[in-house]
Amino acid sequence: MSNCITICPIGVVEEDILGRIAKCIEKRHGLMCKISPRMEKPKYAYDERRGQYDSKLILKHLIKCCPQDTLRFIAVTHVDLYVPILKFVFGLAQIEGQCAVISIHRLRPQFYNLPPDPDLLMARVEKTVLHELGHSLGLTHCRDRRCVMYSSTRIEDTDFKRSDYCPTCFELFRWYLDKCLISAHT
Amino acid sequence: MTKRPRILVVDDEAAMRESLKDWLMEDDYEVDLAASGEDAISMARDTSWDIILLDLKMPGMDGLETMSRLKKVIPETEILMMTAYGSIDTAVQAMKEGAFDYLVKPFDPDEIEMQIKKIVAHKELVLENILLRRELAERHQYDEIIGKSDAMQEVFNLISRVAPTDSTVLITGESGTGKELIAQAIHGNSNRCYMPFIAVSCGALPDSLLESELFGYEKGAFTGAENSKKGRFEMANEGTLFLDEIGDISLKTQIDLLRILQQKELIRLGSEKVVRVDVRILAATNRDLQKAIKENRFREDLYYRLNVISIHVPPLRDRKEDIPLLVKAFIEKSCLEMNKEVVKIAPSALKLLMVYNWPGNVRELENVIERALVIGLSKEIVPEDLPFSRKEMELYTSSKSLKMMEKLHIERILDESDWNISRAARELDIDRQTLYNKIEKYQITRGQD
Repeated sequence: MSNCITICPIGVVEEDILGRIAKCIEKRHGLMCKISPRMEKPKYAYDERRGQYDSKLILKHLIKCCPQDTLRFIAVTHVDLYVPILKFVFGLAQIEGQCAVISIHRLRPQFYNLPPDPDLLMARVEKTVLHELGHSLGLTHCRDRRCVMYSSTRIEDTDFKRSDYCPTCFELFRWYLDKCLISAHT
Repeated sequence: MTKRPRILVVDDEAAMRESLKDWLMEDDYEVDLAASGEDAISMARDTSWDIILLDLKMPGMDGLETMSRLKKVIPETEILMMTAYGSIDTAVQAMKEGAFDYLVKPFDPDEIEMQIKKIVAHKELVLENILLRRELAERHQYDEIIGKSDAMQEVFNLISRVAPTDSTVLITGESGTGKELIAQAIHGNSNRCYMPFIAVSCGALPDSLLESELFGYEKGAFTGAENSKKGRFEMANEGTLFLDEIGDISLKTQIDLLRILQQKELIRLGSEKVVRVDVRILAATNRDLQKAIKENRFREDLYYRLNVISIHVPPLRDRKEDIPLLVKAFIEKSCLEMNKEVVKIAPSALKLLMVYNWPGNVRELENVIERALVIGLSKEIVPEDLPFSRKEMELYTSSKSLKMMEKLHIERILDESDWNISRAARELDIDRQTLYNKIEKYQITRGQD
């Protein structure tokens, strides 16, 4: 396993979004990122009654397809995600696991009947990716509303928080990451 | 809650259980899963949770029955019902039966997070309340009812053993020994501590007033009863009623009281309706109730009802080793109330307090300290600040030998009788010659003071 993070589009995802995610992780954490070929739209996870995709099933699929030489495997999709008990999720990650998935569907201002705003969308995407990456390393939700690990149950939470971990979560992130890198190289 | 809140998810659908677990784990909750009500009840035998998320519709034992059985095993756990849109009425029913709230599946992420945070906050508040009350109860033991003497340690021991029970307690002791504080400590350490503690000074009220105070009355029950009024028994429902000076109540009130103690129900004055009450009775008296029974002033059956457990508070003269602690506490309390810098007590003044007999007990000591702080001019309480005459001071501060006590006593009587030997001899119940002999023996001279 290398110290590379793989970003995987599911369905069609704009290249600038994927590039921005990669750049954000590289810049903030010094981790190399690569963008893998896209996966097909996850028909297997579609729930007709809800008109949404079961994120847990997607996650299971990702675990099966996860490349061996990657530290973390993060999927990005435009489809609307849910877990059976909740109406929707912005993303889902295996806690201390290799895989995570984020949805852009509810990050777009248009979802809230607002005009498109590429900067706002990018900021939301970055925050959501960093949040799920944190979970995949082992971090749980933070009580600080400004921290990127604060639980976003509404888009307003995402907009309020910063694109950074609070000092404590940052320390934890580094600790988990070091642990992860050591085990990756042994 | 400093530990991670622990949550049990009970749902027959694996996908619901699992997704809820994943979601809750992101919030760092410790999550257990049960696939049925039966499984949850079986798990509850050796595990407890802060919150249970319970599905309402399950095959076999449904959510309502599961909740009712879980509440018996782990009553402190809060239950959040989960329901499909069509069964909201049942969910409302569940709330009436003790569920904290309900959530309609699938939840809004915001909603579930808010509900759980609400329960955690609620439980933190309950815990804080318990801790505060415990702290308060400990304070009762160490601050308000102060005593390191063996006699008081025995009282504390009794309080801690008696408090968690529902037994009636008769607290006896001289006036001013702090019987109400003992009653408050029993209540504060009991399972009823969240409920009211109502004190009634039976001796302070005329019989008719005491009757309406205790049992309440209906509008128009007597002239002046313009509105219905709950009595102290009803006010103390599920809590504790402290009946002080129980030895002073009339025989009529004794009968009424006995009826309530036996039947746990009462009828308000002017009413036909029977009201059930669940009240723990603590009673206190400074009278000798055994003697009152012999003199037919107190009913023996009531005495035995009240005297299930008795606690005797010793008089201060029998626990003088507690005086320095009490003095320190009263100085601090009074200085705080007077917004005054805490002062010390001079050893000579403390010595005086230690030898005094304290017929008014702790209450008298508290009054003496308060008075000394009001009239005292220096930064410490000195003998002159205490309300004892100079002769008394000498009497109490001098040697405790019998000879010295006799000398001081004769001096005092001579002074009081202005050295009229005949009067002093009469007062001392000795003849004049014996008095002359003692004056010579002790070399007492006039004006020696």
